[in-house]
Formats: sequence, C-alpha cells, structure tokens
Amino acid sequence: MNFFVADRLGVHIEDVAILNDVSLSVEAGEWVSIVGPNGAGKTTLLSVMAGLRQASGSVAITGRNIDEMTPRERARLLAYVPQHPEIPPGMTVSGYVLLGRTPHLPFLGTEGSSDFDLVQQVLLQFDLSSLGQRTLESLSGGELQRCHLARAIAQATPIVFLDEPTTALDLGHQQQALDRIRLLREEQRVTVVMTMHDLTLASQYSDRIILMSKGQIAAEGKPEDVLDPTRLSELYGAQVKVLKVDGHLVVVPSLSKENF
Amino acid sequence: MLAKEFLGRAAAARSTGVVTERLRVRSLMAGVLAIAIAASAALLIGPADIDKTNALKEILNRLPFLSVDSGLSAIQKNIIWEVRMPRVALGALVGGTLALSGASYQAVFRNPLADPYLLGAAAGAGLGATVAIVTGSGDGVGTFDLVPLLAFVGALAAVALTYLLGFSSGTQRSPAALLLAGVAVASFLTAVQTFIQQQNVETIRQVYSWILGRLNTASWDEVSLLAPYAFASALLILFCRRILDVMRLGDFEASSLGIRPQLVRLIVICAASLGTAAAVAVSGLIAFVGIIVPHTVRLLIGASNRVVLPLSILFGAAFLVFVDLLGRSLASPAEIPIGVITAFCGAPFFVIVLRSSKRTLG
Repeated sequence: MNFFVADRLGVHIEDVAILNDVSLSVEAGEWVSIVGPNGAGKTTLLSVMAGLRQASGSVAITGRNIDEMTPRERARLLAYVPQHPEIPPGMTVSGYVLLGRTPHLPFLGTEGSSDFDLVQQVLLQFDLSSLGQRTLESLSGGELQRCHLARAIAQATPIVFLDEPTTALDLGHQQQALDRIRLLREEQRVTVVMTMHDLTLASQYSDRIILMSKGQIAAEGKPEDVLDPTRLSELYGAQVKVLKVDGHLVVVPSLSKENF
Repeated sequence: MLAKEFLGRAAAARSTGVVTERLRVRSLMAGVLAIAIAASAALLIGPADIDKTNALKEILNRLPFLSVDSGLSAIQKNIIWEVRMPRVALGALVGGTLALSGASYQAVFRNPLADPYLLGAAAGAGLGATVAIVTGSGDGVGTFDLVPLLAFVGALAAVALTYLLGFSSGTQRSPAALLLAGVAVASFLTAVQTFIQQQNVETIRQVYSWILGRLNTASWDEVSLLAPYAFASALLILFCRRILDVMRLGDFEASSLGIRPQLVRLIVICAASLGTAAAVAVSGLIAFVGIIVPHTVRLLIGASNRVVLPLSILFGAAFLVFVDLLGRSLASPAEIPIGVITAFCGAPFFVIVLRSSKRTLG
C-alpha cells in the first residue's frame, strides 16, 4: 500500500480545467518536486493534495481518505506552507511557531509543557532561538522563511507540502533552506512534496520530479529522465540546455539564433 | 479555575524558555486597579451632598471583614448603594461587553476598524427603540418598558439578517461579503428608523437621547437584565481566545491547522452580538468604546488575543465608568450624554489608530 495516493484529481473553474485527471502517489520519506511553467496547476495540485481545496477525485494517506477526516485529524497528518503566508502584525516568532501545535490541542484547550518543549527544540533547529521574542514583521526574508518552515515542523506531521519555498530567497538562503529540509528528512523521516520554479535546485534535492503542463502531468520520474531539453524547451516555450556539472544536472537557458 | 490554568501555563512556558505573548499578572492587576479607581471615584463624586470621607467609610464598611461607622443617613446610604452603585455596575458591564465585542469582531474579521455595531446591531436596536418610543410604550406609563426589549430584539434580528444575506450572496462565503451585507442592512434599517422618527416628530427628543446613549436610568433592574448576557458572552469568547490567535493567519492557513474558520466566526459573532444587543438594550448606543479600548490594549500591551480579549473587558469597564463620571460631572447637575463624551475622545483616537495601522491596512 502506498503512503500517499492522489487519485484522478480534477478542478474546473467555469468549464476550464485547472487540474485534469491527475493521479500520483508518494512513498513514505520521499522528496517530490512538482515543476512546470506558470499556470500549469502546480499550486492548485498542491493545495488539493493537502485537502485545502475542493476537487473531484480522492486523496488518501496511509490508506485513509482525507475527506473522511475531521480538519483536526487531517492537520495532524498534513502540514502546508503557502507561497505567501500571512504575517499577522505584532505576532512574535515563538508565538507563531507555537501555532503549529494547534491540531494537537483540544478545541478549547491550551498548550502544555510538552508543546513548549517541542517548540523550543524546533526554534533551536531553525536557528530562531535568539529571535523568539521578535515580531515577524521585523525579520528578513530568510528569517521569515525559517519561521514558516519551523511552524510546519512544529505541527509534527508525517508529510509536509511546501509551495515555492525558495522563491523569495537569494542563492545562499535557497541552499540553506533546502539543506535544512534535507536534514529534517534524514532526522525525522518527513515526506516532502513541494512546488518549485528552479529546475536545477529541484533536480539536485528531490528524489522524483513531476512535470506539470496545462493541468496534467506531462512527465514524472527521476530528475535525469524528466529534465529532457527538448521536452522542457517545448513546455516552457524557451531554449534550454541540460548540463551535467560534478554529477548534478544543471538547467540553463541557451540563446537561440532565431531570437536575434 | 481559569487563574490556575493560566498560572500553570505561564510556568510551563517559563520552564522551557519559550517566551510567548501571554496575559501577565501585572496587566491583569492594572486592569482591576483601573476599575477599582474609576468605581471609587464614581461612588464618591455626585451632585448629592455627601461628605467624601464619610462616603469612603461607607464603602469600606461594605467590604468583607471591615466594619466602619460612616455616620451617613439612610437617604445618603441609599444614594450611594441604590443610585451611584448600580450606575457604576451598569457602566462597567456595558463598557466591558462593548470593548470585548469590538475586540472579537476585529479578531474574526481581521479588520482593525471593526466595532460591535459592524453587522447592523446599532441600526437594528435603534429601529426597535424608536418603534417602542413612538408607540408610547417607552415613556414608562405602561406596565412594562418595551424599549430595551425591542432594542435587544432589533439588534439580534439585524445581525441575523446580515449573516443570512452575507452567506447567501457571497459565492465564496468570504468575510467581505458579510461586511458588505452589514452595510446594506444598517443603511436600510437606519432609513426605516429615520422615516418613523420623521413621522413622529413629537418623540424626536426621546429617540435622540436614546441614540446618544445614557446610563442615567441605571438601577439594579438594568444590571440584572444585562449581567447574564454579558457573562455568557464573555465566557464563550474567552474560551475561544487561543483559536482566535490561529484565526489571525487567515481562513486558508487556519484550516490547514485544523480549524473551521466559518464555525469559529459564527460562534464568536453570536456571542459578541448577544452581549452587544443586551448592552445596547439597557444603555442605548455608546460609540467608539469597542474600538478605543481594544486598540489601546494592542498598542500598549500586545497583539495576541489572549491578551487583548481579557484586558479589553477590564479596561473597557474602567473606561466607561470613568467617562460616565465625566459626563455627569463636567456640566453638573446637567448631564452630557455618555455617547458624546466617548465619541469626543474616540474620534481623535480613531485617527491615531488609523495612522498606526496604516502599515497593516496596506
């Protein structure tokens, strides 16, 4: 039995298929990247997989259909970090990370010492301990991104969905963020599904790549199988080359003569 | 029970070194002290000729384990305990309820300018009160004063209508649809109220005085009318204080954390509207308390709803008792309507809030 299975997912808005009959499965502990051009349906697919958007078809985790779960049960299995998370004015970093404990608390209950212990541990993991009392709006982009990831990890779910986790970050912070996710996977066996724009980073970090186009899966498999220059050029409407540097794939735009 | 849970939680947070925004004993004490000071001043000061030292003795005499002879006459004692005291109690209940309702509306709509009258409660209550007054049942001649009852029913009916309209019209059931429905309902009910008022100009003075809000008719009857609603509303909202912090992330992220935002919004709106309707029924429309107090707490103490909600009750109570004292002392023995004073302080404050929240209003 597969750990996570999405079966025939479909989202239609006024007869336009945003997501058309998408089926996929994810193994426990796997790192899967969903890539594709703008408007391919990556974010829609991710939010449907996380149970946060209505769609036809079904999503099951460890054999249980998520539609049959209460929101709280679902939130104990699936964590989701949107591309642009809300930054509530005046909220402190530790208060924000503590919100990740919500699905583990009774509706009207409050946090106990085990929740505080876990949050302290997560703050340490993400180098946020010294920023605990700072407000979110006083942080830099890299620090904020760490807070969002920390909140998802404090949720302590077996699977985490990340929508474009590196978009707002510079080169160094992109690598740091992804290295941290890799470390977490090794330590805690978290399954990661994320959408990505950067094909090079996606290929370097993930076990498997799902290439989306027009609401459907155009290709999926190991990075070297999916990132075919002809296919990418066609789907993205761009001229690209796929090189191999130190054993890693690198996707680079190449200037075509016709463009000049 | 609440206090024990609160202290236990604070200790748990301290022991692990995670510092979160929480309600500190210091802030709670400040709120209680503010109420005590405002209430004492309001009991001691008034147009009746009562020596302040003796009045103070009389108050101390009523405290448990204390026995002090105040030397006041029975009439003077009566003025303190049957005239001034119920007015203090009513002011505190109304102030605390309106401030808490305002803070709750701001939390569920994530809108710093939301107030307890946002969903049409004021317009509904105004229409109810006007109908009661023009039909002659509000002048105290009849056996039963219909003004509070019709104001209460009007306020609740208006909020219910807004909620129904907001849900049926908005295809995506967004909070914005609810707010716009509130605007529509309020305008419509105000138009009806104005029409009825214009048709009955002889009662315009009474209607006007009700709309400006007043505590001068306060007796223990009004206090016992409001108290059960005020306590039920406060209890329900305070139970939701942690969930309301999760709601600060917006509906989408709150649902990703296992919360049902629509349900939380419905519960909190019901509780806050019940409190508001009961407060409006006994005191008329008192503006701005629901905005001034929660924002002052946010600016001075913290933005977490665990801080804002309980402290809004305490400082709202103290604020209204104090403002009522101003209203009846500044032009004594005449009274300035309390709604005038709250708006007079509230309008400039409103500007400050607008300026300081510019960043978050985007």
